[in-house]
Amino acid sequence: MKRTGANILLESLREEGVDTIFGYPGGSVLPIYDAIFDSDIRHILTRHEQGAVHAADGYARASGRPGVCLATSGPGATNLVTGIANAYMDSVPIIALTGQVVTSQLGKDSFQEADIVGITLPITKHSYLVKNAKDLTKVVKEAFHIATTGRPGPVLIDIPRDVSAALVEPEEESPLNLPGYNLPDVPSKNRLEEAVRVIMASKRPVIYAGGGVVNSGAFMELQQFAEKIIAPVTMTLMGLSGFPGRHPLALGMLGMHGSKYANYAVCSCDLLIAVGVRFDDRVTGKLERFVPEAKVIHIDIDPAEIGKNVKVDIPLVGDVKNSLAELIKRLKAKPSGAWQDQVQNWKKEYPLTFEENEEGKLKPQFVIREIYRAGQDRARIVTDVGQHQMWSAHYYDYTRPRSFISSGGLGTMGFGLPAAIGVQVACPDELVFNIAGDGSIQMNIQELATAVNNNLPIKIAILNNGYLGMVRQWQELFYNHRYSQTELINPDFTKIAEAYGAVGMRIERQKDVAPALLEALAVKKPVVMDFLVEREENVMPMVPPGEPLDKMLG
Amino acid sequence: MKHTLSVMVENQPGVLARVAGLFSRRGFNIDSLAVGQTENPAVSRMTIVVEGDDRIVEQVTKQLHKLIDVIKVGDITAEKYVDRELVMVKVNADAGQRGEIMLIADIFRARVIDFGRRTLTLECTGDEGKITAFEESLRPYGIKEMVRTGKVAMLRGTRFTSVENSGLDQDVE
Ligand SMILES: Cc1ncc(C[n+]2csc(CCOP(=O)(O)OP(=O)(O)O)c2C)c(N)n1
Ligand SMILES: [Mg+2]
Repeated sequence: MKRTGANILLESLREEGVDTIFGYPGGSVLPIYDAIFDSDIRHILTRHEQGAVHAADGYARASGRPGVCLATSGPGATNLVTGIANAYMDSVPIIALTGQVVTSQLGKDSFQEADIVGITLPITKHSYLVKNAKDLTKVVKEAFHIATTGRPGPVLIDIPRDVSAALVEPEEESPLNLPGYNLPDVPSKNRLEEAVRVIMASKRPVIYAGGGVVNSGAFMELQQFAEKIIAPVTMTLMGLSGFPGRHPLALGMLGMHGSKYANYAVCSCDLLIAVGVRFDDRVTGKLERFVPEAKVIHIDIDPAEIGKNVKVDIPLVGDVKNSLAELIKRLKAKPSGAWQDQVQNWKKEYPLTFEENEEGKLKPQFVIREIYRAGQDRARIVTDVGQHQMWSAHYYDYTRPRSFISSGGLGTMGFGLPAAIGVQVACPDELVFNIAGDGSIQMNIQELATAVNNNLPIKIAILNNGYLGMVRQWQELFYNHRYSQTELINPDFTKIAEAYGAVGMRIERQKDVAPALLEALAVKKPVVMDFLVEREENVMPMVPPGEPLDKMLG
Repeated sequence: MKHTLSVMVENQPGVLARVAGLFSRRGFNIDSLAVGQTENPAVSRMTIVVEGDDRIVEQVTKQLHKLIDVIKVGDITAEKYVDRELVMVKVNADAGQRGEIMLIADIFRARVIDFGRRTLTLECTGDEGKITAFEESLRPYGIKEMVRTGKVAMLRGTRFTSVENSGLDQDVE
């Protein structure tokens, strides 16, 4: 039976288990929207395409299943670009569907034509321009396979309007044929044994764990591995929920805004076991001074990450979960010793703290602590980008994988609210918090409408300091207090919340925080909590840019 | 150091843009690039000469591998291989100079492929050194126009690069 390209597309998505599409209509996707009208796939209408792509991203990060977004050609497609780059940097599996002008108009600067495949070439894992509706079955199948396997990432499918409208006999399902796409399995036996020898011989091992742990579902394995060799574990921002924050071996985050004890441990180790990480400059500080004495074992699914920034002694290319399991099998338990005591001492000596009880002041760190207390292990925390993001990393102990969701590699302000929408859609019965800055929230504040319309009871906590705080902090420390264009004159966020049909609350005093949170959690609607916090609080400790990790301020 | 990479790619639209884009955005320098069909119509072969130390070339190779349309990447620099470039040169040639130029052409086993009133157009193939020497020899007469292809390369003897065998280039005997 003949079917339209749009119908074939939706059936193929169904085949892949897609239950939700985040999107925004327009001329070039009219045939697809017409098919959506009759489809049982849920469509969530955002208020901006950037909202749709971040929502798909949040959905994927929370659930581990690929997120799908849809936009029209031209401006719709280009509005996805930031979100695609964001997903690419953090290795998130999303499928971006875009409409395109009809094939006969391609390349002619037609109305609402943008070469989105070309524009997104450097920020997609792969992309397709579909020129024949018959190919849609195969393309969708390939796209999901590529997006979700190996190192995950965004895949874009660009579909001209005549292709989605065409009536064709769909192609029979055929097996995947991707000769250029090979997935590493587990590292070779020799490499594993070499790693075991080095681990057993090491005196001061540290595990440096990242997003790859979360992506490969290696939560249990990482814990077993660390416990077997009694190695302290420090996490990147992306890896934060990959290891229980309250575990005695947990060191919290390392790097520019890492804890002192994490950075000291890394600087003093004789063996760095890097697990699902990419040695980002925010993590390593000055590269030449990053673990110069230590041996480095690097486990990663992406061979191109091995040796990209740091020389690796033992590369273990493979899936993190399977590779750790192979190591655990071969390792003998190691005893605790002077090194472990040393690390515990650092933890006691240099805890993450802030001045709590200054007269009448509401400290942003205190608010995070209270959110932790109110939500306990149930909450999913989705942050924006800035100081509030770092405090969310410091003062909240993540105990479940995928419970901390944040834009790491790209650092995209405006990610939080739409991503929280995706998280709440993926986890309808869970408590979802968006911890936002007063700057960041205004980058996609229109998505309050999406949350309200879809009854998504997200709790939005704005740490309102009246500044682009993180930039202000740099200006304070490195530009002689010259606050150029970083002070914000803000609207009344509670009124904005109410105008959208959400609940608005303002909290100004420390003693009001806990009761307000209690009240907010009882409401089954989106709530915007405007916390007026201490304005010039800084994120500490901090490694100044270009310095080695042990040169920390604060 | 210069490395010669033999890259097998799927014959898909956009694959050249993917490869070229990768080099420019990661700051790798391409010395030359030649693309063309292979014995298999679904597969094209790119011969890419890239300048860089071993670490850079390792990154280039790994990043190329990540492109879905790239089937195979081989660094043949250290192998025994033959390579060729082709050049066409339009050179000033008055009646009095033609004899000399033809003599040079003969030495380089180049051919005259076009005859103008005051010019000769010559074609020459060879490895990079020979082509450069040929160019130098003609320069004194005044080169009006010159076009040179990128290098193409192939392993010697029974060894071959193909998408059928796995891993890098293998001996099949
Ligand atoms: C889209 C985007 N533009 C600019 C920046 C640069 N930037 C990083 S943090 C920051 C300030 C964020 O301010 P706010 O959301 O109020 O958070 P705060 O640091 O005050 O907690 C800015 C402007 C960015 N990360 N993303
Ligand atoms: Mg702020």
